Amino acid sequence: MQVNFTPTIVAFCCNWCSYAGADLSGTNRLQYPANVKIIRIPCSCRLNPMFILRAFQRGADGVILCGCHPGDCHYTTGNYYARRRMTLLFSLLDYLGIERERTRVEWISAAEGAKFAATMAEFTETIRALGENRRLEDLRCKQM
Amino acid sequence: MQADVKTRAIQLLEEGQVDRVLGWKAGEFFYDLTPAVFTSPQQVEREFVWSSFSGPNLSKYLIAETRKPGKIAAFLKPCDTYSFQQLRKEHRLQADRVYVVAVQCPGMCDPDKVQAAAPGPISLRKEGDGFLVQTLYGEKRLTRQAALEEGCLTCKTKKMAYFDELIGQDGQDGDGSRFDQVHRLEAMTPEERFAFWQGELSRCIRCNACRNVCPACSCEKCVFDNPASGVENKAAANRFEENLFHIIRAFHVAGRCTDCGECSRVCPQHIPLHLLNRKLIEDMNRLYGPYQAGGDLEAKAPLTDFRYDDPEPDGGGRRGGAQ
Repeated sequence: MQVNFTPTIVAFCCNWCSYAGADLSGTNRLQYPANVKIIRIPCSCRLNPMFILRAFQRGADGVILCGCHPGDCHYTTGNYYARRRMTLLFSLLDYLGIERERTRVEWISAAEGAKFAATMAEFTETIRALGENRRLEDLRCKQM
Repeated sequence: MQADVKTRAIQLLEEGQVDRVLGWKAGEFFYDLTPAVFTSPQQVEREFVWSSFSGPNLSKYLIAETRKPGKIAAFLKPCDTYSFQQLRKEHRLQADRVYVVAVQCPGMCDPDKVQAAAPGPISLRKEGDGFLVQTLYGEKRLTRQAALEEGCLTCKTKKMAYFDELIGQDGQDGDGSRFDQVHRLEAMTPEERFAFWQGELSRCIRCNACRNVCPACSCEKCVFDNPASGVENKAAANRFEENLFHIIRAFHVAGRCTDCGECSRVCPQHIPLHLLNRKLIEDMNRLYGPYQAGGDLEAKAPLTDFRYDDPEPDGGGRRGGAQ
């Protein structure tokens, strides 16, 4: 493993809760690792499982999906569908021998700026410990 | 049974009950049966074959066939009736143009396995629990294990999901042994699983046969045909590409896959693709309650439904809920 490995984290954040939560952690001047790239999506349910795989293809080392807490979805039920999809996808990835820790779902509300910062810090450390994403890498997309 | 099936096909055409019959005909050899549409009793008499190699699932052909005028009779095995019902549920075919003749299935032979075990086969017939194969070099007896398709060795069900008419007896659901291999893989360490799937999936040549044959993969526009998708072709020596195609494909049919096993049957590289689908089916059964795609036209598929206390995706079995 590289000594100074800086993981690339892609965080898909729902527009209504988690993206606002990230915003709040910013306005509260809370520090979270700068290698987290946030992508805003309208709802956690918008996350096509392929987005996750595509992120890994393009060089992500970890992917996290953040959405409204179950019961709080702006569209009432979106996150419940997302929850089922992600459960199955993560289980399938695990079945194929891809480290389960690389993918995660976390429910973060617009008021949980501190939780957002803490989650990102913790997730980054987890990925740093896991090392580079080797099992889902695409050599065509690697910068040599 | 060959006679029953063939006679019935001829009757249906002669009586004018249907305009066409969807069945199987012999290819170059007796073991490479291909799906075919028959329009006359004479043609059925000449070409129609029902044998231990009638593996191809005919239900997907009904999408195109029911767009044509007239009625068509389709011969479906138990597995195929579930695909038929699933396509019907998805409004992919016009069921009123189909006359389903369900045929009980004793398990279908894998031509490649038969050829490997008995080179130069000329004919094959059932004998006791196994098969008797005539080859260019004499007779050879094969066990069930040595001749049957992988999917058939752990048969899902012999119970028909639907039929207008039945040839043979309606049967029972399998004993659940189809998940044994999945359980074995689950018991391995992640490293062993990764090595196993690398060994299997790196053989993939991206011929797309699994996609083309799959009754659940019936989209007219497919992500794998999109040149901008980043997953449209095979990249040499690339782990990602090997995994990705199969992950996406398995996930696209999650909750709609009836476990007919066609993907593994047609794979020229003998990749056990059904193990991916069975994993998803097993997970859905375990987490969201038993569900058989194509079994019940009214039931909601697991991925189009939810409960408030579904488990969280972290795999720890933690149950969520409204907070």
